[in-house]
Amino acid sequence: MSNEDILKELKAIVEEVAGVDPEEVTEEKSFVDDLDVDSLSMVEIAVQAEDKFGVKIPDDQLANLKTVGDAVTYIATNK
Amino acid sequence: MTGLLEGKRLLITGVITDASIGFHVARLAQEQGAKVVLTGYGRLSLVERIARRLPEEAPLIELDVTNDEHLRTLPERVGAHVDGLDGVLHSIGFAPPSCLGNPFLDAPWEDVSTALHVSAYSFKSLATACLPLMKEGGSLVGMDFDARVAWPSYNWMGVAKATLEATTRYLARELGPQGIRVNLVAAGPVRTMAAKSIPGFADLESAWGERAPLGWDVTTAAEPVARACCALLSDWFPATTGSMVWVDGGVHALGM
Repeated sequence: MSNEDILKELKAIVEEVAGVDPEEVTEEKSFVDDLDVDSLSMVEIAVQAEDKFGVKIPDDQLANLKTVGDAVTYIATNK
Repeated sequence: MTGLLEGKRLLITGVITDASIGFHVARLAQEQGAKVVLTGYGRLSLVERIARRLPEEAPLIELDVTNDEHLRTLPERVGAHVDGLDGVLHSIGFAPPSCLGNPFLDAPWEDVSTALHVSAYSFKSLATACLPLMKEGGSLVGMDFDARVAWPSYNWMGVAKATLEATTRYLARELGPQGIRVNLVAAGPVRTMAAKSIPGFADLESAWGERAPLGWDVTTAAEPVARACCALLSDWFPATTGSMVWVDGGVHALGM
């Protein structure tokens, strides 16, 4: 799966969980500061991403995924 | 060998992620032969996904312990999945930000009352809501953080836990004649979603590891805590009620 495909799936997850317009979900955006994703939504996004991509995102790793790009890179390298 | 909880029908609250104490209790209980029903609050879509990660997917019902309608209809909604209950885990707590980590002297009563309602009075609410399903007696277990003493940052949540401890004693008194035992597990710090929202939790974590005679690892502590909960939910504490069982590596027993 390419990074573009991961981003596309991730946009859908972020839209479903946090109601963010997929257009807004671009690699440089911060989940918390730019997209207003709260901590529980972040957990739900991670859980959905785990189910979708077959990755494991431990809590201490999740804290490091500040931007959408961070998440795409993490998923790409760990799936 | 048959499981510790073979044939037991349990209602388990407080599952939000797979790090939740409730999740570990549900997992262990299923491994020990129990039939588990979960309750969820708020983010049901998340809890539903987490419920699928149990050894056996558990049915999920919505429960806000401050919602009278939810409580009133609980027996009917639980009864759709099991024909009664042998045990209930109360793993519910909440305090507004003013009550946790912020100056103790400044928290307004409205916030404190919310903390007490959700974290302590709810043990009574959950107990009475479940009574119609517990005709043959059973076991209620709540999650505590030792509230005999004052902790840094924990503030009004500590007061809520003290209230939970007292509520447990009165519930034990009221429900004993019906064969229902009511106990608490006073756990050391466990790294859960709830714990991460406690300011100063990191200090508590490191101090606990240094002090506990048995040692204490916050990342694996959910397992021993869940085992104690399952033991209290089983038939192996038949004469124990109104008690706190410490699962804290022994920290509570020390002076300094």
